[in-house]
Amino acid sequence: MARLLIKNGRVIDPASGHDAVADVWIEDGVIRGVGTNLSGGAGADVIDATGLIVAPGFIDMHVHLREPGFEHAETIESGSRAAAAGGFTSVCPMPNTKPVNDNATVTSYMIEKARRHAVVNVFPIGAITKGSAGEELAAIGSMKQAGAVAISDDGRPVMNARVMRRAMEFARSLEIPVINHCEDLHLSAGGDMHEGAESVRLGLRGIPGCSEDVMVARDILLAEVTGARYHVAHISSRHSVEMVQFAKSKGLAVTAEATPHHLALTDRDMKPYDSNYKMKPPLRGSCDVTAVLEGIVNGAIDAIATDHAPHPGSEKMQEFESCPFGILGLETAIGVSLGQLVHPGKIAVGRLVELFTTGPARILRIDRGTLAQGAPADVTIFSTDREWIYDVNKSFSKSRNSPFDGKTFKGGPVATVVAGEVVWRV
Amino acid sequence: MAQGLLGIEGLAREEIQAILDRAKDFQPRDGQSFRKYDLLRDRMVVNLFFETSTRTRTSFEIAAKRLGADSVSITASASSVSKGESLVDTLNTLGAMRPNAIIMRHAASGAPHFLQRHLEIPIINAGDGTHEHPTQALLDARTILDRGAKLEGLRVAIIGDIAHSRVARSNVYLLSKFGAGIVLCGPASLLPAALKDIAPGVTLTTSMDQAIRDADVIMMLRVQLERQHEPGFSASEYFQFYGLRLEHLKLARPDAIVMHPGPINRGREISSEAADSQRSVILNQVENGIAVRMAVLERVMAGGMAGKRTDGATAH
Repeated sequence: MARLLIKNGRVIDPASGHDAVADVWIEDGVIRGVGTNLSGGAGADVIDATGLIVAPGFIDMHVHLREPGFEHAETIESGSRAAAAGGFTSVCPMPNTKPVNDNATVTSYMIEKARRHAVVNVFPIGAITKGSAGEELAAIGSMKQAGAVAISDDGRPVMNARVMRRAMEFARSLEIPVINHCEDLHLSAGGDMHEGAESVRLGLRGIPGCSEDVMVARDILLAEVTGARYHVAHISSRHSVEMVQFAKSKGLAVTAEATPHHLALTDRDMKPYDSNYKMKPPLRGSCDVTAVLEGIVNGAIDAIATDHAPHPGSEKMQEFESCPFGILGLETAIGVSLGQLVHPGKIAVGRLVELFTTGPARILRIDRGTLAQGAPADVTIFSTDREWIYDVNKSFSKSRNSPFDGKTFKGGPVATVVAGEVVWRV
Repeated sequence: MAQGLLGIEGLAREEIQAILDRAKDFQPRDGQSFRKYDLLRDRMVVNLFFETSTRTRTSFEIAAKRLGADSVSITASASSVSKGESLVDTLNTLGAMRPNAIIMRHAASGAPHFLQRHLEIPIINAGDGTHEHPTQALLDARTILDRGAKLEGLRVAIIGDIAHSRVARSNVYLLSKFGAGIVLCGPASLLPAALKDIAPGVTLTTSMDQAIRDADVIMMLRVQLERQHEPGFSASEYFQFYGLRLEHLKLARPDAIVMHPGPINRGREISSEAADSQRSVILNQVENGIAVRMAVLERVMAGGMAGKRTDGATAH
C-alpha cells in the first residue's frame, strides 16, 4: 500500500494541540505519525508543504449533493470533487433528495454510491420526518444503523413543536444529533431576501430575522426539556447567536454552524435581482453579520459549514422571485473564511482549523478531524497567502451559482488527501 | 450598453428634469389632440405586458404612434408565456425581431432589471412588481409642476398600501431628488419602518390627518387586492381610516391637489366627491402620461440609440 510523506508544513492538529512545523507520515490509509525529520522509506510519495498549513481533513457538515433525484444539478461524484477542490475530505449531504433520505434504503444507496464514485467521505444526514413533511417521524433508528450521522428536515423545518419534541426525545435515546434549519414558515412566507431597507427598496418580500429567532428559541427550550443534542444550521441572525450562547451558558447540548457567505456578505452586498445572492437564510443586515463573526470568535458558533446548494443555470436564470434558494460553497469556503476571520485578525488560523475539523467532528461524533496515530489519513493542506481567482466556470460542481465568481482570494486549499490518497492538488 | 429606463432611483436629477421639460413640448395646446411627429419614423417598439393594464399600455401605444414609431402590443395571455417558455427565452425571441425598444410590465420586482443584463435592446419599465413604475412618477411630477409649483420644499402625502406600491417607490425617489418632503401614510402592516431609509426627506405616519395637514399634494394609492399577502382589512374599516373624503381636504393647503394613479376604487380609498372635486387632477395625470412617455421614448430611441443604428434597422 502506498506511503505518503507530507514534509515541512506547519502541522495544526487541534485535537492534540499540536501546532509546529513537522512531517506527517501516512501508510495504508492511516496516520502513522507526526514528527520532525520523518522518513517515509523507499517508494514513498512526498509532498513538500513548506510554507503551508497541514491540518486534519476538513469536514463540511452541511451540503446538498442532489443525488438521488436531482442529478442535473449535482451528483455525489461531482459534489465530492468540488469538496476535494475546496479542501474538504468529508461532507454530510442533507436529506432533501428525491426520494427524501428518510429511510435506511436511501441512506445505504447514498453510502454505496459514495463508496464507488465519491473522492471524499460522505456521511449522510437523515430526515427527521417522513418525506420531511413534518408529521410522522422518519425511520431514524435504522438510518442511523445504515450510517446516518444526524437528522434534519433542512429547508423544510419542523413547524409542529410537538413533532419536534418527540423527534428530539427519540434522537436522544439513539444518541444522534438533531439539526434544524430554523425558519418559522408563517413569518417568512413568500419572502425572497432579508427583510429590511434593501428589501423595501427593491420591492422584494422580506424574510425577517425573527422568523429564524422564534424557532431557535423554541428549539432551545425543547432541547432543554428533552436533553437532546441540538444543532442550529447556518445561523444568521443576531438574536439567534445570542440565544445559542445563552443555551451554552446553561450547559445545554446546543451547537451552531455558520456559512462562509453569512460571514462575508450583507443584504446590501447583493447585486440587485441577481439570484446568485439568493439563499436561505438570506444575507442579513450588517449587525447580524457582526454578531455571527462575534459568535465565531467567542465560541457560540462551533463549526463552519457551507450549505453548498447547487442549482442549474436554467433555474437560476429567472425572475428573482421564481429562482430557487441556495448557492455553491465548497470551493470558496477556505478562501472566504480566511478573508473574513484570519486575515483581519479576528481569530488565529488554529481556531479556523478547529471550526472545520474538531468542531463538526464533535457535534457529529465521527472519528475524523484528527491527525492522531491510527486515525484515517484525511489531510487538508492549505495556504494562507497564495492569491488565486475563483472562476466558477471551472468548478467541479455541475452548477454555477456562486456570488464569489471572479473574486480574488488570499489563501486557499492546496492539496486534499483522503485515506492516504491525494484526491486533489491545486 | 442599452440605455432604457428601468427606474427613477438610478436617474440623475438633470436627466429627470430634461424629460419633464421635453414632455412640456409634447403637451397638447388648447383642447387639441396630441400633435403627430415623425421623430421616431423607422423605429419599432414592442409593448410587452405580463400583467393586465389598460391605461399604461394604451398611453405608451399612443405616445409611440404620435412620435411616428411602429408599435406592437403583446399581453401575457396571448404570448408564449402560457406555453411554459421562460422569460429570458421570450425576450430573446422578441429581441431577434429587432425592435428598438421593449416596454415591459411584469408582476415580479426586478424582472426588467434581470432581463436588461442579458439583452442589448433597451427596456422601458412600465411597472415591475412592487418595485418601480418610473413613467408614473414622471407624469406625476409633470402634473405637479403644471400647477405652477416647484418640487423643492413641497409637502407631498402619499397614502395607502405603500408596502406593495411601485408608484409610491418611484415617486419617493423622484420627489426626494428634488428636495420635496414626503409623508408616507397607511396602515402599519402596509408601511414598513425601513421606508424612511430609502431616500432623504421621507417621514412615516399611520394617521391620515397628520399626513394631510399642510400638504401641498395628496397622492392616493389604489388598494391592491391582487398583492395582498397579509391578513387584510375589511373594505369599510379601510375606508374609514384611510379613505380620502372632502373633510380631509380642509386640513391641507388651500391650493392642495389630489392625485391618484388610477384606476380608482370609488368608496374604497377615495370618495366620489373627493375624486371629482375641483382639487382633483386625476385626468390631468392621464393626459400627462402620454406627453411624458413621448419624452421617454424619444430619449431612449432617438437619443440613446442615435449612434447605434445598424443597417438592419433601416432595412425593415
